[in-house]
Amino acid sequence: MAAEDLATPRDRIAKDLEAVPRRPGSAKPDAIIVADHVTRRFGGMTAVDVHHLEIQRGAITALIGPNGAGKTTLFNLLTGFDRPNSGEWSFDGRPLSQLSAAKVARAGMVRTFQLTKALSRMTVMENMRLGATDQGGERLVPSLFPPLWRHREKEITEQAEELLARFKLDTKRDDFAGSLSGGQRKLLEMARALMTKPSTVMLDEPMAGVNPALTQSLLGHIQDLRDEGMTVLFVEHDMHMVRHISDWVVVMAEGRVVAEGPPTTIMQDEAVVDAYLGAHHDTDLGDDSLLGDDVLDELEAEAEAQEHRTQEDA
Amino acid sequence: MEWTRILINVAGEVFAPATAAYALAAIGLNIHFGMTGLINMGQAGFMLMGAYGFAIATMNGWPVWAAVAAGMAAAAVFAVILGIPTLSLRGDYLAIVTIAAAEIARYTVRSSSLTSITGGNAGIAGNDFKGSFQQLCPLPEGSWSLGPFQYSNCLSNSWWLRIVGWGLVAIGIVLVWRWMKSPWGRVLKGIREDEDAVRSLGKNVYGYKMQALVLGGLFGALGGMIYVLPSAVQADALGRTLTFNVWTILLLGGAATVFGPVLGSILMWTVLMFIKSTLRDMPGGVFSSTQAEAFSWVLVGVTLMLLVIFRPQGILGDRKEVMLDGR
Ligand SMILES: Nc1ncnc2c1ncn2[C@@H]1O[C@H](COP(=O)(O)OP(=O)(O)OP(=O)(O)O)[C@@H](O)[C@H]1O
Ligand SMILES: [Mg+2]
Repeated sequence: MAAEDLATPRDRIAKDLEAVPRRPGSAKPDAIIVADHVTRRFGGMTAVDVHHLEIQRGAITALIGPNGAGKTTLFNLLTGFDRPNSGEWSFDGRPLSQLSAAKVARAGMVRTFQLTKALSRMTVMENMRLGATDQGGERLVPSLFPPLWRHREKEITEQAEELLARFKLDTKRDDFAGSLSGGQRKLLEMARALMTKPSTVMLDEPMAGVNPALTQSLLGHIQDLRDEGMTVLFVEHDMHMVRHISDWVVVMAEGRVVAEGPPTTIMQDEAVVDAYLGAHHDTDLGDDSLLGDDVLDELEAEAEAQEHRTQEDA
Repeated sequence: MEWTRILINVAGEVFAPATAAYALAAIGLNIHFGMTGLINMGQAGFMLMGAYGFAIATMNGWPVWAAVAAGMAAAAVFAVILGIPTLSLRGDYLAIVTIAAAEIARYTVRSSSLTSITGGNAGIAGNDFKGSFQQLCPLPEGSWSLGPFQYSNCLSNSWWLRIVGWGLVAIGIVLVWRWMKSPWGRVLKGIREDEDAVRSLGKNVYGYKMQALVLGGLFGALGGMIYVLPSAVQADALGRTLTFNVWTILLLGGAATVFGPVLGSILMWTVLMFIKSTLRDMPGGVFSSTQAEAFSWVLVGVTLMLLVIFRPQGILGDRKEVMLDGR
C-alpha cells in the first residue's frame, strides 16, 4: 500500500495545519468559522474580546482556558444564544451574526451545553426524536394526520436507535431522561445534537462527569465524527483528552484568544502558562482549599510545560 | 334531607352546559400549561373575548358561524397581542401580562363609555344574542325529560346547548389526544421542559409558543361562548374567579393528560353541588343558602391545597413524571 493511503484523516489535517503560524488569530487553509472583533461585555467586565478567529473545516479544535475565560460565552455568541456588543462572524461563508439560535442550528452548527439540558420528563427516545430534522409532523395541522408523517418517524426512530447504540444508551431507550445519571445525560445531549445531522458540532465540556471507560469510547466517537467530515469545536479542561484527540488548540484567557497551535506544543507557549498560572503566582499554594481539581490541573499543565521546555533545551 | 333531590342536582351537573364550558376552557389551558408550560393566568380573558365577540357579532346581525368566528378571532388577536412581547421572555412575564390583560379586558367591556356596544356594567341580556343559536336547533319545540332531568329542547339552558357544548368538548379531546401523540406535541413538550435545548436543535420556539397560546385561547373562547349561552353575558362573571376555577379543574384532573380537563370539570362541579345542597338541607337550618355557597368555595380552596401537596400530578397524571421535576 502506498504511503498516502496509510495516512489517517488526523495526519492529513495535521499536514494541512502544519504551515499555520502558531499565533492568536492565524488564518487557516480552509476555515469554516471566521470571526472578527467579537466582543461581549457584562456590565463593566469584558467576557469576550476576540479580534480574529478561524476554525479549520473538518478538524477537531479544542478551546481551552481557565475558568471564566469566556469559552462558554463565545459558544453562546457563535450559536445565537447571546448577542454580542460588536463583531461579526461567518459560517461556511455565510454571515451568521444576526441569526437566531434555531436558525444557526438549521444552518448546520449545533451545540451542547456545559450544564446539560436533558428534557427530563421525556423519554430518552423522545429526546432523540426531537433532534431530527424534516419531520413534517412538527407542523400544527399536518400533525393531526399521522399518515403524513409516520414514514419519516420510522426513519427517525431508526436513526435514533443507531446513535443510542453508539452511545451505549440503547437500554435506556424508554426511561425518562430525568432518571439518567449526569454522565448519561451528557451522552444523550451529544447524541441528540447529532440527530440534526450537523456539519459542525460545538461541545461545551462533553466529558465532564463521564466515567473514564466511557470517555475512551466517547473520544473515539468524536474522532469518528471528524473522520466522517464533521467539524468539531469543543471546550475541555482535561489536557490529556485535548492532546489525545484534537488537531488544533485555541487558548482563551480573560476573553481574548492568547495562543493557538497544535496540541503537542501548545502548552509550551509562554502565554498559555501565564493564562493558567497568572492568577495563582501570588497565592499561597500551601492552602489546602486551593488544591481543587482546577488548580491541580493547572499545576499539572505547568509541570508539563516545563517538561517540554527542558526537553527542548536538552 | 332529601337525598334523591340532592343526587339529582349533583347528577345534573355532570352534563350541564357550564361543566362543558369549563372543560373547554381547561382543555385550552392544558394546551398552554400542560403541553407547553405557558403559565396563562388570564384564561377568563380569552373566554371573555369569545363571549363578547360572539354576542356582539350576533347582535349586529351576523349569522351564527360568523359570530363564532368573530369570537375566536377576538381571542386569537388577544393571544397574539399578549404573546408578542412576552413569549421571548422568561415564563413569569406571560403570567403577569395575562392576568393584567384579562382584567383590563374586563374593565374595558364593562366601562360605561362602551355601553352602546357591550352593554357596559349590565352586560348583554340573553335574549339579545341567543336567538340565532337557538334557531339552528334541529330539535322540535317544547321540552323533553330524560329520567328526572327535564330541560327545554332549544331555549337557554337547553338540550341543544348541551349537545353542542359536549360535542365541542369531544372534538377538543380528540384533537388534543392527536396533538399530544404527534411530533408537534413533542416539540411543545420539549419547550415545556427546556426551551433552550429545543432552540439548540433548530426549532423556532417562539413560533411554537405562539401557536400554543393562540390555540389554547381559541378553546377558551369556545368555552366562553358556551358559558354565556344558558344565561347572559356579564363582564364580572368573566373575571379572576373564572380563571382560578379553570386552573383548579386542570390541576384536579391532571395537567398534560387528555381527559384531565373534562374529569376535573365534572368532579369540581358535582362535588361543589353536593356540598352546597347538603349544607343547605341540613336540619335546623344551620347554614343559610349564601353561607352554604361560601363554605363550599372554602372547601374548594382547601381541596386545591391538599391536591397540590399530596397529588401534584392531579387525578389522571403520572406521579413518576411529576417527581422527576424535583431533580
Ligand atoms: N450572563 C452573565 N452575566 C454576567 N456575567 C457573565 C454572564 N455569563 C458569563 N459571565 C461572566 O463572563 C466570564 C466568562 O464566563 P464563561 O462562562 O464564558 O467562562 P468559561 O470560559 O466558560 O468558564 P468555565 O471553564 O468555568 O466554564 C465570567 O467571568 C462570567 O462571570
Ligand atoms: Mg464554560
